[in-house]
Amino acid sequence: MANVTLTINSEQVTVPAGTKVLDAAREAGFFIPTFCHDPEAPGYGGCRICVVNIKGARSLMASCVTEATNGMVVETESPDVVEARKTILELLLANHPTDCLTCDKNGDCKLQDYAYRYGVGSSGFGGEKHSYPVDNSNPYITRDLNKCILCGRCVRTCAQVEDRQVIDFAYRGFQTRVAPAMDTNLAESACVSCARCVAVCPVGALTYTNLSGKGRTYEIAKKQVTCSFCDAGCQFDLNYKGDKVIGVTAKAPGEGRPLCLKGRLGMELRYSDQPLTPMLKKDNEFVEVSWPEALELEDVLAKLKELEK
Amino acid sequence: MTNSIQEIANADFILATGTNTTEGHPIIGIQVKKAVRNGATLAVVDPRSTEIAGLANYHLRIKSGTDIALLNGLANVIIAEELWNKEFVTERTEDFDALRETVAKYTPDYVSEITGVPAETIKEVARGYAKAKNASILYTMGITQHICGTHNVFAVANLTMLCGQIGKESSGVNPLRGQNNVQGACDMGALPAFFPAYQPVALEANRAKFAAAWGVDELPSKTGLTVGEIIDEAGKSVKAIYILGENPVLSDPDSNHAAHNLESLDFLVVQDIFLTETAQLADVVLPASSFAEKDGTFSNTERRVQRVRKAVNPPGEAKADWEIICMIATALGYPMNYGSAGEIMDEIAKVTPSYGGISFARLENGSLQWPCPTAEHPGTKFLHVGKFGRGLGKFHAVEHIPPNEMPDEEYPLILSTGRRRYHYHTGTMTQRTGALEVFYPTEYLEINCIDAAKLGIEDGDKVRVTSRRGQVEVAAKITEIVTPGLVFTSFQYPDVPINKLTNAARDPISKIPEYKVCAVKVEKVS
Amino acid sequence: MVATVTLTIDGIQVTVPKGSTVLEAAESVGVFIPTFCHDPELSKPGACRICVVEIPGARNLPASCVTEATEGMVVYTASEAVLEARKTNLELLLANHPEDCLTCNKNGECKLQDYAYYYGVKVGAFPGEKHNYPIEEDNPFIVRDMNKCILCGKCVRMCQEIQGNNAIDFAYRGFNALVTPAMGTTYSDSDISNCVFCGNCVSVCPVGALSEKGMLGKARKWEIEKVTTTCPYCGVGCSFDLNVKDGKVIGVTSTDGDVNGRALCVKGRFGYGFINHPDRLKKPLIKKDGKFEEATWAEAIAFVKEKLGAVKANYGPDAIALLSSARCTNEENYLMNKLARAVLGTNSVDHCARL
Ligand code: SF4
Ligand code: SF4
Ligand code: SF4
Ligand code: SF4
Ligand code: SF4
Ligand code: SF4
Ligand code: FES
Ligand code: FES
Repeated sequence: MANVTLTINSEQVTVPAGTKVLDAAREAGFFIPTFCHDPEAPGYGGCRICVVNIKGARSLMASCVTEATNGMVVETESPDVVEARKTILELLLANHPTDCLTCDKNGDCKLQDYAYRYGVGSSGFGGEKHSYPVDNSNPYITRDLNKCILCGRCVRTCAQVEDRQVIDFAYRGFQTRVAPAMDTNLAESACVSCARCVAVCPVGALTYTNLSGKGRTYEIAKKQVTCSFCDAGCQFDLNYKGDKVIGVTAKAPGEGRPLCLKGRLGMELRYSDQPLTPMLKKDNEFVEVSWPEALELEDVLAKLKELEK
Repeated sequence: MTNSIQEIANADFILATGTNTTEGHPIIGIQVKKAVRNGATLAVVDPRSTEIAGLANYHLRIKSGTDIALLNGLANVIIAEELWNKEFVTERTEDFDALRETVAKYTPDYVSEITGVPAETIKEVARGYAKAKNASILYTMGITQHICGTHNVFAVANLTMLCGQIGKESSGVNPLRGQNNVQGACDMGALPAFFPAYQPVALEANRAKFAAAWGVDELPSKTGLTVGEIIDEAGKSVKAIYILGENPVLSDPDSNHAAHNLESLDFLVVQDIFLTETAQLADVVLPASSFAEKDGTFSNTERRVQRVRKAVNPPGEAKADWEIICMIATALGYPMNYGSAGEIMDEIAKVTPSYGGISFARLENGSLQWPCPTAEHPGTKFLHVGKFGRGLGKFHAVEHIPPNEMPDEEYPLILSTGRRRYHYHTGTMTQRTGALEVFYPTEYLEINCIDAAKLGIEDGDKVRVTSRRGQVEVAAKITEIVTPGLVFTSFQYPDVPINKLTNAARDPISKIPEYKVCAVKVEKVS
Repeated sequence: MVATVTLTIDGIQVTVPKGSTVLEAAESVGVFIPTFCHDPELSKPGACRICVVEIPGARNLPASCVTEATEGMVVYTASEAVLEARKTNLELLLANHPEDCLTCNKNGECKLQDYAYYYGVKVGAFPGEKHNYPIEEDNPFIVRDMNKCILCGKCVRMCQEIQGNNAIDFAYRGFNALVTPAMGTTYSDSDISNCVFCGNCVSVCPVGALSEKGMLGKARKWEIEKVTTTCPYCGVGCSFDLNVKDGKVIGVTSTDGDVNGRALCVKGRFGYGFINHPDRLKKPLIKKDGKFEEATWAEAIAFVKEKLGAVKANYGPDAIALLSSARCTNEENYLMNKLARAVLGTNSVDHCARL
């Protein structure tokens, strides 16, 4: 494959042709923040936090969608870049609740990380705040759209699975938000609680209901396990606090697989020290179910019992 | 130190001589302040009115260089008033008569004349010290413990033995080490006359023991040169010097002379973390590691061996000092292959009786105070319980000797040097922290208002300080901290290389130069 | 034998030495009770009341840090009444507290934040008047943001009882109550404040009101690796933690040292900057024609070998002298002693053991 050589922060970097500036820079060990960029579904380029200075370009360029070319000269932390990032952060924070104190994402939140890195405080802009009701209609996923930064990653990851596409952007301007069709709550939507969206949300807008209040992100150690329900091998994280597993979270779908609730529940039952109560949607309502029902093992169990007799 | 730092807080009487503890050793200062809050009596001997002197019940503002006279005077009062500990003196000491004879003439009045301290104060302090249940003496004079005490140290020791204020909790003689690992450097045999643990090189048996341990046929028997002699002989009998992390060009007395001598060497190797004034004179400079970049141990002033742990990698190609020493030894045909600093400690434990029970594995569970001869030994909190190292404690009667250089018409003031709270040694490290030097950016010369008025100097004026050996320029600070006739500054600022002025005359036994006193003149720079 | 008492805490039988507090008894069996103003090394004002517990028969909810455990006592540390009291306590504190965790350097190691999270108290539950104190940052060591102060008084007692400098005290009352140096001056006005920048007050502050200036913006608490080591400055040998992020020392914080406890002096706590200084030597240097040139280790060591070898051959071993260092480790001093005696054959090895 052909290579291109470019200069990033005065360092010569050679990468395969077609590589994005973002990847070239990260490969060379430089930091570039990203919100909307998803390595699994690249090419969106909406949030612009990843801008860099490219010599000769008319404006700052979003590095996640800009291809590296021969002889390109890139600065990733020049004053104009830092200024642009600060402005983006200030605008985001202006409508953002000051809730890190008890937010479950505290410590693992890109918005917070970047605000700290670039020294942007929460009081700078003091813009209008949203007051969306928190959607906890779904027993597994809590949606607090007041904290959403509209990066769209949840929308895109959901849409990657055929016949899901449960959520999408709705309304415009200050009112823009991510919503299921007809702007229902999550429980009433076609959502299958797979939590692909939670896995990619960079802020505290999408969180696991059962983990709320159970531990701060920095107290939790994650250990990856592979689901064994089907042979797709989706990845889940066991969340350890001390030596106890307090819950199982979705990490990444297996090759060509959707990631599913059954798999997560199976991991939860197998590994968690305090497994949550399984609930399934029946007649458009979530109701408590037994573990065999949740894991679709009722018939197998019945058969086993019969054989035992 | 014969005691531990935390014992100081429980002392009933503290005699702090020549130590501005709260500035020089702030954490020990905390213990002193605690003792004072607990009702202890504090007597401070210092020509300057330092912070700790402000807390004292008695501030003995002696004339510089008259410590022995004062200590003898205290002993005189204690003997005259029959306050000495007869049981202790009879059972645990010898040569008391020599002391009694010598101090007889140091009556309070006579001592008052020499030192400038009122006779009544001398009596009160003597009584307080002798009668206290526990009494601790603190001093910093840069002595080399256990080997060859200076006369000052003898005089201190005499006082403690006379009153039996040693060998028990919170009572003893506690020299405070200036640099972090002076104690360890001495313990480890970085001394011209001693192997590790003060085992004399002059003894055949010691040489045989170390030759066997080190796998060589023989070891040199001739006592080596001290640091002062090394600098004096540099370019003469000494042709090559290998210097590790020291900066004699700034820290040595009469530093013009030191620089000149080092320049005339055939070969100078300096191993340091910065290109210091000394390193600039070298033929080869080897980049070393700071404490944060290597493993090892330091031994503090109370003989406590503590771990130094590597937290980060050294910058660039710099290496840990021990690795560099190994490379040099190996190149010179003596392979030194240690896999880690812990392995060096294992070897130290084998040849150093007082460190015999110390290993990195044990230090993981906390520090150990030597003597710690075996792996089961818990370490030693205070020394000399029931018995001195040499058996009976010996009184060494010593006489007051006036400083080598006294003020005269041409050089009418005494210059004394010391430390500042915000800085360390020659400032190589503390001038580069981004914080300390910001708060305390420049050095100044403390001068009393009477002298200042005489010389037409105003606060902040630039003055030239000149001795027989050199001169520096510095800003003047008019203050009551120093008495008339005395000026003071620190040696911690490269911009004010005060050791160009100080006197290289050395104590004949300890070879320690007389930093504290030299004669100077001060003039305003127009 | 020490007299003991036995009591029941949340159904657990606990036996402790007589004179122990309920808090100590609870901690001895791992029962969690939050504290703000309590510190085991300092006097106990029993002022913040976050540590309240329920003791049937007692008139109200007593503060466990100042209540003595007695024989047969029954204690509930997390009853409904206790939780309610703690929540109200936190709500009141948060009512005047800036909503600044986003970029606050204490985030992740802040007692106020920890307890708010633990008890599920949200910001804004009780919006109250906020302070508007200017942030004190006129010295290079310590930043004081009194807007975040919860008036626990630990800094005041640390400075009085451990450091012994009495630099700060409470002033004013009610909403205006404030911890300040005398005459409302700042720490840096050290003639009046008597502050020596030991930073020992910073080491006990439970929130983000006192911080090490050099660490601001350098790392979030959860990103820091701590390495316990010994101070390189004076002979006291204090222990402290080097705070490391991405292979760089970004600060020093207290640990519980054998010599010093949590106390440090200004040099030990704030004198670490030289480690990362650009002037650090990074390569061996060899002087050629009066100028230093960078060299490889192999070249430098070969040069040293050749020169020392020549001096020894021409003038004998005593023409070589070694100056070891009181700043280096025991291991290094030992090797210098060995190098001099066993390898070079001279006893001329000494170190700068003065003052
Ligand atoms: S919910 Fe999360 S992932 Fe979805 S758009 Fe908002 S911030 Fe992005
Ligand atoms: S989403 Fe992030 S920035 Fe927003 S409150 Fe939560 S932790 Fe703070
Ligand atoms: S002091 Fe604590 S609660 Fe206050 S802003 Fe800082 S981290 Fe948040
Ligand atoms: S830095 Fe030290 S002296 Fe200053 S207020 Fe804090 S504890 Fe007191
Ligand atoms: S500054 Fe910190 S330690 Fe001092 S009273 Fe306020 S919260 Fe407590
Ligand atoms: S912190 Fe201060 S008192 Fe403690 S060892 Fe370091 S320099 Fe000495
Ligand atoms: S990360 Fe590149 S535009 Fe969002
Ligand atoms: S911790 Fe008990 S009253 Fe403050």
